[in-house]
Amino acid sequence: MRRLTTTRRTTAAASTVLALALSATACGGSPGPASGQELSGQTVTVAGVWTGSEQKNFRKVLDAFTKETGAKTVFVPTGDNVSTFVGSKIEGGNAPDVAMVPQVGVLQQFAKEGWLEPLSEKTAKTAGANLATVWKSYGTVDKTYYGLYFKAAHKSTVWYSPSAFEQAGVAEPKSYTDMLKAGRTLADSGLPAFSVAGEDGWTLTDWFENIYLSQAGPEKYDQLAAHTLPWTDASVVKALTTLGEVFKDKQLVAGGSAGALRTDFPGSIEQVFGPEPKAGMVYEGDFVGGMAKDDFGKKLGEDAKFFPFPGVDSGKAPVVSGGDAAVVLKDGKNKKAAQRLLEFMATPEAASVWAGAGGFLSPNKDVDLASYADDTTRSTAKSLVDAGDSVRFDMSDQAPAAFGGTKGAGEWKLLQDFLRDPSDPKATAAKLEAAAAKAYKS
Amino acid sequence: MAALTTSTAAANPRRRAMRQRRNIAVVFVLPALLLLGALVVYPVLFSAGRSLFDASGDRFVGGDNYSEIFSDPATLKAIRNSTIWVVVAPVLLTGLGLVLAVLTEKVRWATAFKLVLFLPMAVSFLAAGIIFRLAYEEDPNRGVLNAVAVGVHDAFDDRSAYPTARARQGQGLTGDPGGAYRTADAVSPGKSVSLGFVGVAPDKMPSGARPAHAASLAAPAADEVKGVVYLDFTPGGGGKPGKVDPVEKGLPGMSVEAVRDGKVAAKATTAADGSFNFPGLDAGSYTVRLPAENFAAPYQGISWLGPALVTPAIIGAYLWIWTGFSMVLIAAGLAAIPRDALEAARMDGANEWQIFRKITVPLLAPVLTVVFVTLVINVMKVFDLVWIIAPGPVQEEANVLATRMWLVSFGGGNNQGLGSALSVLLLLLVVPAMIFNVRRFRRSGA
Repeated sequence: MRRLTTTRRTTAAASTVLALALSATACGGSPGPASGQELSGQTVTVAGVWTGSEQKNFRKVLDAFTKETGAKTVFVPTGDNVSTFVGSKIEGGNAPDVAMVPQVGVLQQFAKEGWLEPLSEKTAKTAGANLATVWKSYGTVDKTYYGLYFKAAHKSTVWYSPSAFEQAGVAEPKSYTDMLKAGRTLADSGLPAFSVAGEDGWTLTDWFENIYLSQAGPEKYDQLAAHTLPWTDASVVKALTTLGEVFKDKQLVAGGSAGALRTDFPGSIEQVFGPEPKAGMVYEGDFVGGMAKDDFGKKLGEDAKFFPFPGVDSGKAPVVSGGDAAVVLKDGKNKKAAQRLLEFMATPEAASVWAGAGGFLSPNKDVDLASYADDTTRSTAKSLVDAGDSVRFDMSDQAPAAFGGTKGAGEWKLLQDFLRDPSDPKATAAKLEAAAAKAYKS
Repeated sequence: MAALTTSTAAANPRRRAMRQRRNIAVVFVLPALLLLGALVVYPVLFSAGRSLFDASGDRFVGGDNYSEIFSDPATLKAIRNSTIWVVVAPVLLTGLGLVLAVLTEKVRWATAFKLVLFLPMAVSFLAAGIIFRLAYEEDPNRGVLNAVAVGVHDAFDDRSAYPTARARQGQGLTGDPGGAYRTADAVSPGKSVSLGFVGVAPDKMPSGARPAHAASLAAPAADEVKGVVYLDFTPGGGGKPGKVDPVEKGLPGMSVEAVRDGKVAAKATTAADGSFNFPGLDAGSYTVRLPAENFAAPYQGISWLGPALVTPAIIGAYLWIWTGFSMVLIAAGLAAIPRDALEAARMDGANEWQIFRKITVPLLAPVLTVVFVTLVINVMKVFDLVWIIAPGPVQEEANVLATRMWLVSFGGGNNQGLGSALSVLLLLLVVPAMIFNVRRFRRSGA
């Protein structure tokens, strides 16, 4: 008797779920009116790596979408590894509708696995009008447009403490040589020039990428990123030599290379903007500003300033960038609403929602610069948009994770070894090539 | 005929009962067998099969993954480290446990003592890893071990006053390899010298330092060498290198020597304005030298988490956790030793060391073996401690087989073929220890 009741209850519950699912599908099938409630009753699930304030601010963008379309939105945090998360969700038949993908390599992997739905005409058209071609091509795999770049990072900014510069009597340098000279003057004043976060390998790859992009030019940069140019190329050795000039100079690196290898990324910001400054400058992306502000109470533009990473030799100043692309998953349950969300995210209105909240740069050139919260962010945003097609995506993010994204292995590890002993750029280049050859093969 | 019928009738119920018993046994064993099959046998077979395929799982590569294990330097390092772990950790743990168990037997607060030693077992590996990561931190202001090391070192050896100072380049001072500075040109009595240094932050300057300009102009007598040691940097810029600008301060407390023919002819210490004076010198040519003690970098402690020491350091953390375990097991075995054997030995005049070696240890041998083998198996699969304690740059130097396997298959390598091969290797290494343990159980059961 008891058993019978349970069975009956389960059946009833199952049929309710089924009915709900059916009605949801029915809704999805019929095109709604173009009013503010065209998608009411539908739910779009968005997966992304964001946590904390980034997640909160992204939810504001999703809320704006809800207001416009009536669709409900759910944000699912993926943890650090988007690719593992999405892969397991697809296998479990529970795929999110939209995923925010932080690396070009992962986007390509998803596309090759056949997990992605091409973006709608409308998204492609809007994005084509307000994104530089380079952003569109980073979202394209085999001529199909899959990824809409929504949030960008500017990884060519050198942050410094204005009081340290004043103390040493130096001004913002305009060339790489000037930067090293300013650094040595800083060291003379008693403060080592750079805090280098050597414990985190990715900051070292960013150093290398800026120098390489400026010194060898965008064509070679693209070839190296695709590994059609070997790492043993003379241009790589030259860039490593240039980087080694900084790494081997005890006056330029706070704590020398041993000290740098013990410094993680938050630590490197503390060394410049913390209560006991141990260095005058720290190179990393625009997000350094946010951390200096939030963690150490610095006022951007007053106690914490940046200058663009200067051009090396006769090269143009590099603009290395990173970013998160929105993709629509084939296995999602609400593909239509998902496409609609991306159409919304392609508009400048969506970007300006987050821009006002801070900690965000949009690659969208139609976003009104006035919508950014402060002058410093505004100028990084301007520099990113002005760079147009010369922007290059972070090379290590384009590489297979085994080479460009694994703690203690590949490029991270080899550049850390190079920081420990920068005496032989040629040998380092050879080791990089060996590691790259292995990673790109599989 | 009748007899035959009776015998079949008698055999039948017996056989039926036997069959029934077997059926019941199967019913009872089945769930366990199914679980074992699904959770142990199937994954093992799957991994063994998977290890013969490449990263994507589509192409059969035979033994390639296995040959890669023994050619890839990073994996070889992991094998080396695993060997160190297996050789060192169980021996140390069993030894420590034995010594502590024997000693605690003799102290008054034995239970409290054992409790404290056993407490780390209650701490998760993750938490213990974080604790030791902090303790091993190299910066003496953060890591407690280096704070102690630096404290002890500095108690015997004073810190230098100007560890960051260095001579302004190309302004008459040359550096010795040992860290000392000397004037490039010879100085004769009746001359004065200005020795410019840079690299001292304003807040690191002694509070009594005064501008050196006036002192640099003082005229020396015919038989003396005068001079100033000063900070050749004008805050805010604008100073001239090699020149004592009006605001530039002297570096007080610097020891200065006048050297002639390799021998120290006079010594002085600079005053608040950085001035020094060597009066009553014989005529001749001297070199003014600033010994290396002025600039010695402060002692930074031991690089626990550097490439060389990282594995021993992690083994140290492992000992902290597991010593209590081996001590408690061995103490239990110790309690079961027949007292009369010990008494008899004592009566015969054996000393404590002889009793320990000739009686306690042999009687404890079975327990010691169990502890040792259990620890060998446990050490093989150590993962979390290595993962948490080793910082990124030395991850590769600290890797053991288990962390390497995870890294290769999921942590970025995404080569589950190679990862499976590593897991099969790990299994093969654990199997002998398992067989040994199972045999022991069977023997003690029989």
